[in-house]
Amino acid sequence: MLSLRYLKIYVGGAILALLVVCGIAAPLLAPRDPQAQTLEDRLRPPRWAENGLPAYLLGTDNLGRDMLSRIIFGSRISLMVGAATVLFAGLVGCTLGAVAGYFGSTADEIVSKISEIFLAFPFLLIAIAMMAFLGQGVGNLIFALMLSRWVQYCRVVRGEVLSLKERDFVSAAKALGGRDGYVLLRHVVPNTFASVTVIATFGMAIVIITEASLSFLGLGVPAHIPTWGSMLSEGRSYINRAPWLTIFPGLAIFITVFGINLLGDGLRDIFDPKLRRQR
Amino acid sequence: MRTLIRRVVGAVPVLLGISFLIFMLMHIAPGDPVSLLLGDDATPADIERTRREWGLDRPLAVQYWDFLTRAVTGDFGRSLKFNEPVIKLIGERLPATLELAFASLVVAIFLAVPLGVYSAVKHNSLLDHAGMSVALIGVSLPNFWLGILLIYYFGGQLNLLPVAGRIEYGIEVKRITGLYLFDSLITGNLEAFGSTVKHLLMPAITLGSALAAIVTRISRSSVLEVMRQDYVTTARAKGLSEKAVIWRHILRNALITIVTILGLQLGALLSGSVVTETVFSYPGIGDLLIQSISARDYKLTQVLILMFAVTYFVVNLLVDLLYTWIDPRIKF
Repeated sequence: MLSLRYLKIYVGGAILALLVVCGIAAPLLAPRDPQAQTLEDRLRPPRWAENGLPAYLLGTDNLGRDMLSRIIFGSRISLMVGAATVLFAGLVGCTLGAVAGYFGSTADEIVSKISEIFLAFPFLLIAIAMMAFLGQGVGNLIFALMLSRWVQYCRVVRGEVLSLKERDFVSAAKALGGRDGYVLLRHVVPNTFASVTVIATFGMAIVIITEASLSFLGLGVPAHIPTWGSMLSEGRSYINRAPWLTIFPGLAIFITVFGINLLGDGLRDIFDPKLRRQR
Repeated sequence: MRTLIRRVVGAVPVLLGISFLIFMLMHIAPGDPVSLLLGDDATPADIERTRREWGLDRPLAVQYWDFLTRAVTGDFGRSLKFNEPVIKLIGERLPATLELAFASLVVAIFLAVPLGVYSAVKHNSLLDHAGMSVALIGVSLPNFWLGILLIYYFGGQLNLLPVAGRIEYGIEVKRITGLYLFDSLITGNLEAFGSTVKHLLMPAITLGSALAAIVTRISRSSVLEVMRQDYVTTARAKGLSEKAVIWRHILRNALITIVTILGLQLGALLSGSVVTETVFSYPGIGDLLIQSISARDYKLTQVLILMFAVTYFVVNLLVDLLYTWIDPRIKF
């Protein structure tokens, strides 16, 4: 029988894969241009509801734009920002964590002090603060989110490297004449990948919710780019007349984050021996 | 006491770092904040005058020193948007946010701890899996979406709860602490108390739901870990009732992890209040922060962010001290 942890990975992975396909093939999958306005069809309910039109499966917004197309195109921003942030935050955090853990002394002290400052801010606040001063934009958003997330990777990798560098295989690599850079990159860092994968997966879920929150607050990407957060924010004013404007984008965020969390849960169950014992 | 002093002294470089980061944010921002604030119609003379008034024409080091000394004395100047002292604005709104954070914490604890403990005690049962699925859903729900759905259903469809504000218009509360729940209770104003509870309910559920999900999972795993300890087996072998084993031996030891997570998440509650307060037009400092950002009131924004960070830091310090009370074996 398929064990629960593998089921989580398969279901979570399938949801994520589906969204990636949606994001990449958005121009092919979306039935309409997400920006095209048809004012005479504004605030049309979903196709199955009364007054719904077959042309608009999930209805239209206050400017007559097709909700389904906007949700499909919205997945691009969420996934792109999520993936880029995880990549950059992972690179910065893992590099600093590995250097601090492996070389110790001054490098460790400097990195630890900087980490402490970043840990003293709740990450959503760092992102809000950065976006308040940098202004809207995809690049700024990724930078702000990266700045709020790198410290998680740094802490975990530093801790792992501190323990790994005392292990026999590292001493053996050094005894064979391996230089510090080589030993660190070839023997130590690859052994942190399991933990980093788990943090990256959960991190992506957090980043997607944070991106949506920032867009909802008007601090994310510019208003003309459709994102799930900004769609929710626009739809909020019409909540009683047109609840589908908020229900569908919210559902899209929820399914995405749920899928990624499920994947993360499954990966953690496999990689964490402590959890394996608990089951 | 010595621990407290050591921690406070150790906090100084971190707080200096925080203040420096926040100070620098305004200076690394693209474009001139003064031009942005005054708009396109401002003449170069207007811009120059405002820069002088704000002290932005002085060297960076002097400005930072001025920012620091003002911060220490609590003199943050006047808000450009509200034309009122920043400290007064914060003083008026901070109690609302603290009340919301506290209510969310209560919601999270009352939902999560029993669910987590029950899941652990009955672990691998159907109820355990159901509890964990609910927790996974809770972690994945964007709280602003949940807030909007609550507004739609309980505010719009059922018309049961107010959808905005902190208290019904026309009801007055004598201000003592600024915490309406507390003030209305000690002055015996039950009408105000009821109205405050009604206004708090949906924002507190919105803000507390994600925390509840996290605490449920942590409570479960923490209780599971403690259940395997030898002293629990000994307690059972002594013939103690299961209830006594759970309450006196398991929960007390599992509490350390739960309190740690609650403490760490309090900061997330404070920053999450920014989004929740915006959804419910709740007049706290989160709502004030978004208003100040929209109005490009950089001074107020800077101070509010600094205040959020310092509050987060102080809360974490208090949580650390709370450990020693929960578990006397812990020494710093």
